[in-house]
Amino acid sequence: MSVSTRLFHCLLCLPCLLPGNLGARPLVTVDGSSSVYPITEAAAEDFQNLRRRTIWVTVGISGTGGGFRKFCRGEIDIVDASRPVTDEEARRCHANGIDFFELPIALDALAVVVAHDNPLGEIGVAELRRIWEPAAQGRIMSWRELGKGLPDRPLALYGPGSDSGTFEYFTAAIVGRARASRGDYTASEDDNLLVTGVAADPSALGYFGLAYYLRNADRVRALAVRPPAGGDAILPTPDNVRAGRYQPLTRRLFIYVKQDAARRQAVRDFVDFYLEHAAELVDEARYVPLDADHYRLLRARFRAQSIPAGDGGGR
Amino acid sequence: MDEGDDIHIGRHLQRRRRLEIVFVAAGLLCLILGMLTLVTLFAEMARQGLPRLGIDFLSRYPSRHAELAGILPAWVGSLAVMVVTAATAVPLGVGAAVYLEEYAPRNLITALIEINLTNLAGMPSIVFGLMALGIFVFEFGLGRNILTAGLTLALLILPIIIVTAREALRTVPDSLREAAFACGASPWQALRDHVVPAAGPGILTGIIIGLARAIGETAPLIALGAVSFVSFLPESPIRGEFPFISFDWLSAPFTALPVQMFNWTTRPDPDFRANAAAAAFVLVAMALAINGLAIWLRHRMRREARW
Repeated sequence: MSVSTRLFHCLLCLPCLLPGNLGARPLVTVDGSSSVYPITEAAAEDFQNLRRRTIWVTVGISGTGGGFRKFCRGEIDIVDASRPVTDEEARRCHANGIDFFELPIALDALAVVVAHDNPLGEIGVAELRRIWEPAAQGRIMSWRELGKGLPDRPLALYGPGSDSGTFEYFTAAIVGRARASRGDYTASEDDNLLVTGVAADPSALGYFGLAYYLRNADRVRALAVRPPAGGDAILPTPDNVRAGRYQPLTRRLFIYVKQDAARRQAVRDFVDFYLEHAAELVDEARYVPLDADHYRLLRARFRAQSIPAGDGGGR
Repeated sequence: MDEGDDIHIGRHLQRRRRLEIVFVAAGLLCLILGMLTLVTLFAEMARQGLPRLGIDFLSRYPSRHAELAGILPAWVGSLAVMVVTAATAVPLGVGAAVYLEEYAPRNLITALIEINLTNLAGMPSIVFGLMALGIFVFEFGLGRNILTAGLTLALLILPIIIVTAREALRTVPDSLREAAFACGASPWQALRDHVVPAAGPGILTGIIIGLARAIGETAPLIALGAVSFVSFLPESPIRGEFPFISFDWLSAPFTALPVQMFNWTTRPDPDFRANAAAAAFVLVAMALAINGLAIWLRHRMRREARW
């Protein structure tokens, strides 16, 4: 027989070998927010290096909402969340028999940014609301409509897409209702694109997480935000965030761990490692760590597996 | 013929020659533009990526430190997915093509199938990804792993393979079939020993075009849930103990080269862009290797074909 005929025969036989047995392996699956991803990825990397890859950890990015959808279907062990679980998500999880531990792991702030050659220095929450509320769509199109002394320049807006927790948090904190936002802005899940867009345009305004701002402070500038109750405008510096002064745009980042999964040694070890090193990992990812005491307490409670699920909203 | 006519024809000829020159110049310009773009992109990729490229880059796991990061799980994942894709799409595709071309009656149903195949070959890949997510992951519960990814890409390239394989079978002269029948061969014998081997080079070309497309696909893999951070390898397919072969790797979570590249390009740290460029280089090299293998095999097959 010729080579080609033999090849043809081999290929015909291949699919018969396909079905494999789905063996259990020490696997930890994490998915969710792109904001929390850098912290979890760092934890996964160090953990697997430490354990010489005898335990597998996968980390995906599908947004907080997408992460909870997978979580509540029971597909993953841990979800990265850049906002607390919503009532509806919690209901869906419970309906599927999935209980979880809520572990706050870091503080993050949303920076409102403009280009360096934009003269604006601060902005009030009320003004932000007028820009971003759904009613502003097609109406607030120029800087001049925001107040006296501002130029008649077109307002170019940049923000994250609607599957991201950042979007949900910003709309809840500024507009007052989660996911209520105008739609005529440049939306991208890729924060680099937002940075590039704002940096290139003196009449642009955008918002994204503090970590991206700190890494790109040479390209864009953060505005100080005046709280709705009045008072001084506050810049999003790590100190202001830690002290709780930068309001209402400071948020907590979480991981949610499935209770059933936490009974598995691999998952328990990974979460324990995560909490043990959280302060360094969070700092390295350019977020603001919580107090060392907080992590110690959280770890002790997680070890005892007694953390109440869903203890409430942001600070 | 008087002198006036001569001048007239001469002018005509001149104009047509000028037109010819203009057309050749325009064609050349298009070619140069296309090639320049390609060369520029390739050079830029090489410039950014080559300093990163090395044995370390290929043998390391991904990391949040750009200079320590490697693509071992990504290229192994890509390779594993390709193996599943080839193992599924090639027999199915060639089988379907042989049936449609050699056995199937010409009627309304086969005509419909034909139209749909051509349509499917031009379908955006994300559609296959979402369909596979619905069918393989949610309906059949196969999980988000190498097996489902391979099957999805197999579906994606199946129409390409069928269409080109049919073209190849059509180019085999009927005299070959008739000669085989005249010697007492059954249709199956004629197919197996003569028609399919004769069409072999063409079929192979289709397979390679399909595989080369599959290896660069990102969208269906992301839809299916190729995860961004994987720093382990699937189980080895060869075992120390009986039965020596294991298929556990099929159910392993995976990442692939395009997914890893995508992840790196979205990072804030610009050092990762060099990594992405280097990974792109490896991807191009893998695609070229597949093509090279195909050309070599085709060459061998052509030498074997004697009729």
